Amino acid sequence: MAGHELEPVIGLEIHVQLRTATKMFCGCALGFGEPPNTRTCPVCLGLPGALPVANAEAIHYGLMIGMALDSELAPVSTFHRKNYFYPDLPKGYQISQFDLPLCSGGKLGKVNIHRVHLEEDAAKLNHAGASGRIEGADSSIVDFNRGGTPLAEIVTEPELRSAEQVGEWLRLLRTTLRTLGVSDVNMEEGSLRCDANISLRPTGSDQLGTKTELKNMNSFRFIERGIRAEVERQRALIEEGESVTQETLHFDPKTESITSLRSKEEAHDYRYFPEPDLPPVVITEAMLARAAAELPELPAAREQRYIDELSLSPESARLFAWRAELADYFDAVRASEASLEPQQAANWVTELQGRLGDQEAVDSNVTAASLAKLASMVASATINQGGAKQVLDQLVEHGGEPEAIVAAEGLEAVGGADELAPIVAEALDANPELTERLRGGDMKPIGVIVGEVMKQTRGRADGKEVTALVRQQLGLS
Amino acid sequence: MIDRDELLHVARLARLALRDDELDSTAAELSTILDHIATFDELDLGGVEPTAHVGDVDDSLRTDEVRASLPRDVALAPAPAVRDDGFLVPSPQGE
Amino acid sequence: MSEELQALSAADAAAAIAKGDLGRGELFEHYRARAASDELNAFTWVAESMPDSVDGPLGGVPIAVKDLFCTEGIPSQAGSKILAGYCPPYTATAVANLEAAGAPILGKTNQDEFAMGSSNENSAYGPVQNPWDRSRVPGGSSGGSAAAVAAGLAPWALGTDTGGSIRQPAALCGIVGLKPTYGAVSRYGMIAFASSLDSAGPLTRNVTDAALFYRHLVGRDSADATSVSFPEPIALPTSERLDGITLAVPAALVDGDGIEAGVRDSFEAALESARGLGATVVSCEIPSAPYALSAYYVIAPAEASSNLARFDGVRYGLRVDATNLDAMYTETRHDGFGDEVKRRILIGTYALSSGYYDAYYGRAQRVRTVVASELSAIFQTADFIVTPTSPTVAFGLGERTADPLAMYLSDLFTIPMSLAGTPAISIPSGLSDGLPVGLQICGPAFSENRILGAAHALERAIGFDGSSAWSAL
Ligand SMILES: [Zn+2]
Repeated sequence: MAGHELEPVIGLEIHVQLRTATKMFCGCALGFGEPPNTRTCPVCLGLPGALPVANAEAIHYGLMIGMALDSELAPVSTFHRKNYFYPDLPKGYQISQFDLPLCSGGKLGKVNIHRVHLEEDAAKLNHAGASGRIEGADSSIVDFNRGGTPLAEIVTEPELRSAEQVGEWLRLLRTTLRTLGVSDVNMEEGSLRCDANISLRPTGSDQLGTKTELKNMNSFRFIERGIRAEVERQRALIEEGESVTQETLHFDPKTESITSLRSKEEAHDYRYFPEPDLPPVVITEAMLARAAAELPELPAAREQRYIDELSLSPESARLFAWRAELADYFDAVRASEASLEPQQAANWVTELQGRLGDQEAVDSNVTAASLAKLASMVASATINQGGAKQVLDQLVEHGGEPEAIVAAEGLEAVGGADELAPIVAEALDANPELTERLRGGDMKPIGVIVGEVMKQTRGRADGKEVTALVRQQLGLS
Repeated sequence: MIDRDELLHVARLARLALRDDELDSTAAELSTILDHIATFDELDLGGVEPTAHVGDVDDSLRTDEVRASLPRDVALAPAPAVRDDGFLVPSPQGE
Repeated sequence: MSEELQALSAADAAAAIAKGDLGRGELFEHYRARAASDELNAFTWVAESMPDSVDGPLGGVPIAVKDLFCTEGIPSQAGSKILAGYCPPYTATAVANLEAAGAPILGKTNQDEFAMGSSNENSAYGPVQNPWDRSRVPGGSSGGSAAAVAAGLAPWALGTDTGGSIRQPAALCGIVGLKPTYGAVSRYGMIAFASSLDSAGPLTRNVTDAALFYRHLVGRDSADATSVSFPEPIALPTSERLDGITLAVPAALVDGDGIEAGVRDSFEAALESARGLGATVVSCEIPSAPYALSAYYVIAPAEASSNLARFDGVRYGLRVDATNLDAMYTETRHDGFGDEVKRRILIGTYALSSGYYDAYYGRAQRVRTVVASELSAIFQTADFIVTPTSPTVAFGLGERTADPLAMYLSDLFTIPMSLAGTPAISIPSGLSDGLPVGLQICGPAFSENRILGAAHALERAIGFDGSSAWSAL
């Protein structure tokens, strides 16, 4: 293979915990950090005789996801049992979907969706250390609070080509799901979990190489770093003439290392068969109508609207639309000062986000109203760009009202011939040599004069206005 | 027919220990039963759809309403081993 | 007084209590004492005193409940060592419905482990004896329920039927057993054997008792997604004639090998009684019937292999300690399950496993379709299909334990209805060499009222008296 360019082929399996009131198949409230085993019942503990009943709201959320991803929705969808033993799986099988998933196909952004199906989450297994009932045995403790939480599993086609593209697309997916209101989509809390199937192949080839599965990465940064590391690992193997082994891998973000999850390779045989306890779910017109009616504006539509109706630049439109929190914040800024030019508001929101890193604008010290105020003070030349950026720094740091900061710091713009002309005249007087050169047509020193005026006004003057006054006073215009 | 290796594989999937002295007799019993079952191969089933459920149910879904969970001590009471308010099991990674 | 009490059917006892002629405590204590001195091993648990029970149409007439049903705070062991001493935190809907109608729990009855068996010999709590001949089996899997009612240790009992587990022991013990339309009775809290086949129903002394019991058993349960509401109230049967009724006899099946002469004679006599009541008897064919047995012995074990995966030593029941998880699983299940249960788990796992699914499970599901459509075609022209319930009378304890396949064949007549999900009743048609023979009457889905009516008319004509099987106290 050496000598050929290699391209990564990446497919994603995303598990999304749905934000229903109750679990997928029982009436227990979803658990969020409650004491262990306080959100269980005969059904989600897998007690003898207990039976599952599917949550209508989870089906509804599944349909909304399918509609948002432009999937084909099954007229009749069935649940299957996926059989395997593990202590976090109380019944010895997971109720999932197999050959009739709720949603098939679809597309989000440029990535095709393979399918979306519903299933139940596993319980949580906590390591208990080396003192089980038997001397020296290693033990675990099972907490069934999370067991049975509704999950939508979204599977993409293997069409992603880089870690960066994965990161960008996952943000779009997260925004879509958050906009739908079907999930908290919080990676740190595990409500959005992502596995990646990764392989390499010669660029342009349509063959797929041996893939590995990178499991359960719990932040966007780790996903991108994990994929990058795995791509490099596979590239090194192939370039050294070795082959990639099909296996499940874990990425440790601390050490950037990749380790195999299952040492004992065991052939899985999940013995899927139709779940006899659950009749097929018939998707009625009423269910479809309700899901369609509750569908909010989705990122692609929002992006287009920002361009068409607000004349935002394509960059701003996409930045906001793919990041719903930021778009909502932008909308709030505009609502607060109706006279603002949308692109100006957008620029200030972008300016703010640039200072916040991973923090969301809405969670910052800067309220939408105060950012709107600041932007409109710039628009009305009450303050210039430089001053406004100083005010923004203060707002990010401490919060507060822009007018109060401007007043306290004396950052009002100095402008108009009345105020500026004497300062310009003073600067010209103080620099007779430069003034002569300017009069002689050598415009190089004008920057020094403007700089002098800015220094005198502590940056509150507008550079263009100062330049104009200099030329006017020297009779150059 | 089911041979020893297949039987061991199936027993492994079912997490059933089988003693050496149980293997041959079990394989023989299962083979007899499977051979009898195989008589249904005589039936022509072309075009016949499988039945997974009998009967029609229109409203099999549940409204998303919270019902009381079990008190923890009730949930844990029948467990063979309990620690830190959870079900204690040998670790899956343990040997 | 005790003999008079004993002679009352459950419906009569309920009526006597309602009229004030009989105290419910008196009735309960009568049966409690009899159940407590059970020598047949029919009970695995007997109440120590009458539980607080509500007023209701069942008037305090106590019920014996198959151990497969979860009963809150009362051992519910499903005949298995793996559930030894297990007391669930909730009660099955079927039991709760009966309790709500005024029937208190008298005791829990013995059964084949997880309802897998036709003789009640597969119980971790020992075999049950047939009250007609204690050296013989009571049938299974609801053997304890059938023996308890036949021996007069309980007025009536709740059982379950997956492939014949109510009808066959009812036949072998000389009582009435009704397997309902699939879904008519909630399965919630009934420990699952084969979910797409399991149904709960009554075992009673007579048809009227069965109707009364069944009336309070049916109903849609929001906790069981496969349950349906019964389209009409269950009536107490009054029919005395069968005029205009057509009975279809699957000739090839009934004339086949393996049917005892005494059973065939009793069946022929029952058909003669039916004709005497005005019924027309016609011949029909269920060509798929022999294959139905094969399909059943794939579908039921396949579902069971999955249903029984929850018995893993983690949350309840037996655990065999081990230092690693896999050893804990495999040893717990090795020690906790009996031979027949393990056999079926292995067959079911095999039938679902990669490479075999289509040849076994997929094929069995298609046979199921064929069986259902053949029955449905017969019901286009006939009101009921009638067969002997079991090809033989009660066989000797230990006689068939070495040959699982021979045991499976005793379900030949009951399995097609299980696969089709249609209702069927077994009523006594007489005795053969002093042992009861059962007559099976099957109808289309939700035809229970008509089945009970026909069974009532035949019961009167046959005039079977089971009181000779009542245990002396
Ligand atoms: Zn629950």
